[in-house]
Amino acid sequence: MTEPLTIAVAMSGGVDSSTVAAILAHGGDHVVGLTLHLWDQTRLAGKHGIPDAPKAGRCCSLDDVYDARKVAEHLGIPYYVVNQEERFERDVVRPFVDEYLAGRTPIPCSLCNNHLKFDQLLQTARSIGASRIATGHYAVNEFDPERGRWILKRPADLAKDQTYFLFGLTQEQLAHTLFPLGRLTKPEVRNVARQHGLRLAEKPDSQEICFIPGGDYKQFLTAYLEEQGQQFPETAGELVAASGQVLGHHDGISGFTVGQRKGIGVSSPTPLYVLQIDPTSHRVTVGADEELATRTLRARRLNWISIPELAAPMRVKIKIRHRHEPAWATLEPGNAGEAIATFDEPQRAVTPGQSAVFYDGDEVVGGGWIF
Amino acid sequence: MRRVYCDANATTPLLPEVVQAMHPFWMEQFGNASSIHLYGQQAHRAVNHARETLAQFFKCRDAEVVFNSGGTEGDNTAIFGLLRPGDHFITTSIEHSAVLRAAESVAKSGVEVTFVAPHPSGLIHPEDIESAKRPNTRLISVMLANNETGVLQPVEKIGKIASDAGAFFHIDAVQGAGKVELDVKRFGCHLLSISGHKMHAPKGMGAMYVRRGTPIAPMMVGGSHERRQRAGTENVPGIVGLGKAAELAMESLEDGAMIKLAELRDQLEAGILKIPGTRVNGGWEGQTRVPRTANTTNISFDNVEGEALVIALDLKGVAVSGGSACHSGSTEPSHVLMAMGLDKNAARASLRFSLMKTATEADIEHVLQVVPEAVERLRALSPVVAGTLG
Repeated sequence: MTEPLTIAVAMSGGVDSSTVAAILAHGGDHVVGLTLHLWDQTRLAGKHGIPDAPKAGRCCSLDDVYDARKVAEHLGIPYYVVNQEERFERDVVRPFVDEYLAGRTPIPCSLCNNHLKFDQLLQTARSIGASRIATGHYAVNEFDPERGRWILKRPADLAKDQTYFLFGLTQEQLAHTLFPLGRLTKPEVRNVARQHGLRLAEKPDSQEICFIPGGDYKQFLTAYLEEQGQQFPETAGELVAASGQVLGHHDGISGFTVGQRKGIGVSSPTPLYVLQIDPTSHRVTVGADEELATRTLRARRLNWISIPELAAPMRVKIKIRHRHEPAWATLEPGNAGEAIATFDEPQRAVTPGQSAVFYDGDEVVGGGWIF
Repeated sequence: MRRVYCDANATTPLLPEVVQAMHPFWMEQFGNASSIHLYGQQAHRAVNHARETLAQFFKCRDAEVVFNSGGTEGDNTAIFGLLRPGDHFITTSIEHSAVLRAAESVAKSGVEVTFVAPHPSGLIHPEDIESAKRPNTRLISVMLANNETGVLQPVEKIGKIASDAGAFFHIDAVQGAGKVELDVKRFGCHLLSISGHKMHAPKGMGAMYVRRGTPIAPMMVGGSHERRQRAGTENVPGIVGLGKAAELAMESLEDGAMIKLAELRDQLEAGILKIPGTRVNGGWEGQTRVPRTANTTNISFDNVEGEALVIALDLKGVAVSGGSACHSGSTEPSHVLMAMGLDKNAARASLRFSLMKTATEADIEHVLQVVPEAVERLRALSPVVAGTLG
């Protein structure tokens, strides 16, 4: 049976995904708008200092669903809200909380992309008869017939590059996903939105973690654990120098992130930074800025995109946080399912829980989770 | 694309006769029914005529008909208008949220509330109401027909229990009106609420039977409209539309339209049940058929996510719902199906088909062509995962 191509657009109510819907709707394919409802913004509102009324411009607020629906109406495309709160809590929120409690600094957006935005969305799209999904991510994907692989590349607008959060995409997912904004800059996208008469063309970008309004993750952890009837685990312990010398005590490890400077609570003639968090002994090691720098990085739960697997050492540039400038390193296979990278220059604050994404020029080679 | 609307329990379109009846009251006979002059008299006459029709529809006196804005207002009025702190209120766990949320609200202000659970068939057993009775039981509220399963509740028996207990009895008849004959005396109720848009009258229009002498406090105060029971200028075109729709509903009940509709529903149900891993929710108690409204069937599809199936069917021109339209977008699976003992996954894998009385055989054929294909595709895509997803 030959059906015309049906594309499901993940619509968040923001400028980017709305523009994607507009571009595709005018391109002649059948377009269906979907919004994943992932988190009830009123759920923890008002508890432990979490703001009462969620501001607009945040994923899953009713305002954003309203905006997405208005765009769909404007474009004359069918639009549906799909509830995925349970899966989001199970695959993103709960792991986020557990990671923090284990002294790591989690990155929920990549988990969400892997589990919800692509895996679940693709499944939902197919079940309603769509063969492709499209999102407003700034990234480029294309098939390379020589290698027989789908390649993920950095976008035209490097300031908006979202490939760091997309390293977990499988070949199957890349083959069925469209990133129509990959070759546009943000100002161009706003222009396209204006040309299509989208009234939200000037809507500000959202930045913070969508389920933590106000951005204070400690408030969120406290309120969430209380709601779950769980005790905030007692993780108070010693603050020590790299030499092992005890400098003081802290209230709990979830208050710390590797590389953090503020709020350490020990006076020192030179600024102190968190170097290491030990989830077992609850010991937090602090030291000078220079001591933060390390040459090696270990990553696990790897996903490869431009190569089938890492068979031999490879020269790559590695990005270790969203705003990090990728740095040259040699990547080698480690124990089963792990990789070890040695940076040419020591890198500041290699943080367990964050992802490491490996680049070869503009191409994403693959990535994994720092441990 | 052929489109078939199978969501009549969410709302219905106006019938042409209803639109026609309302027509003069938008621009020509636009008077305020309380005015003394000719315009007012025209409007007043139209409202009274509709009131007479509704009185026939309920089988009550004209003066016992109160026009309002719909089912939610009727349900709220019964509960907030009669209950005071210290009273006991019996209702069921399968009511519409207009009753459930109002019950939770009065519970916070000191009313004792008992929610009676249904049997797995979806039926409320009168014995369970009986045993929930207390000396201070002031109000019992039970729906005539459930919106999700169509199961008709034994209101006559419950009316008898209320009467013996000296309690007031309210029936939420929103889903029953127009599908089964109403008779407030036979039901033994003091209050009964209906909504226009479930029976081909306009949205935002409803009516309530209030038995004479029922000491109900009005929710809206102001002018002396509706015998001081509901202030606010009468929605004359809406009232005329509801009157016409009630007249047409009585005709359908007499001319066998509901029997024909039940046949179509049974045909649809039998066709869907040919798909493996499907079953009807509500309707059987052992070997006994539980009475249902003629237009409704609720079906579980194993290993299918109901939400995705609703979307897939919509894109193929079949409009159904995964439960109550008033809950779409919420996390919780249907409270009605859960109360009947379904687990979360089964409740989420359930669809409600509710036909309009204008449904045709061709409609059913189209639905039976689209549904099996969509179910098959969904199952093929997620053989294991579906059913465990959130």
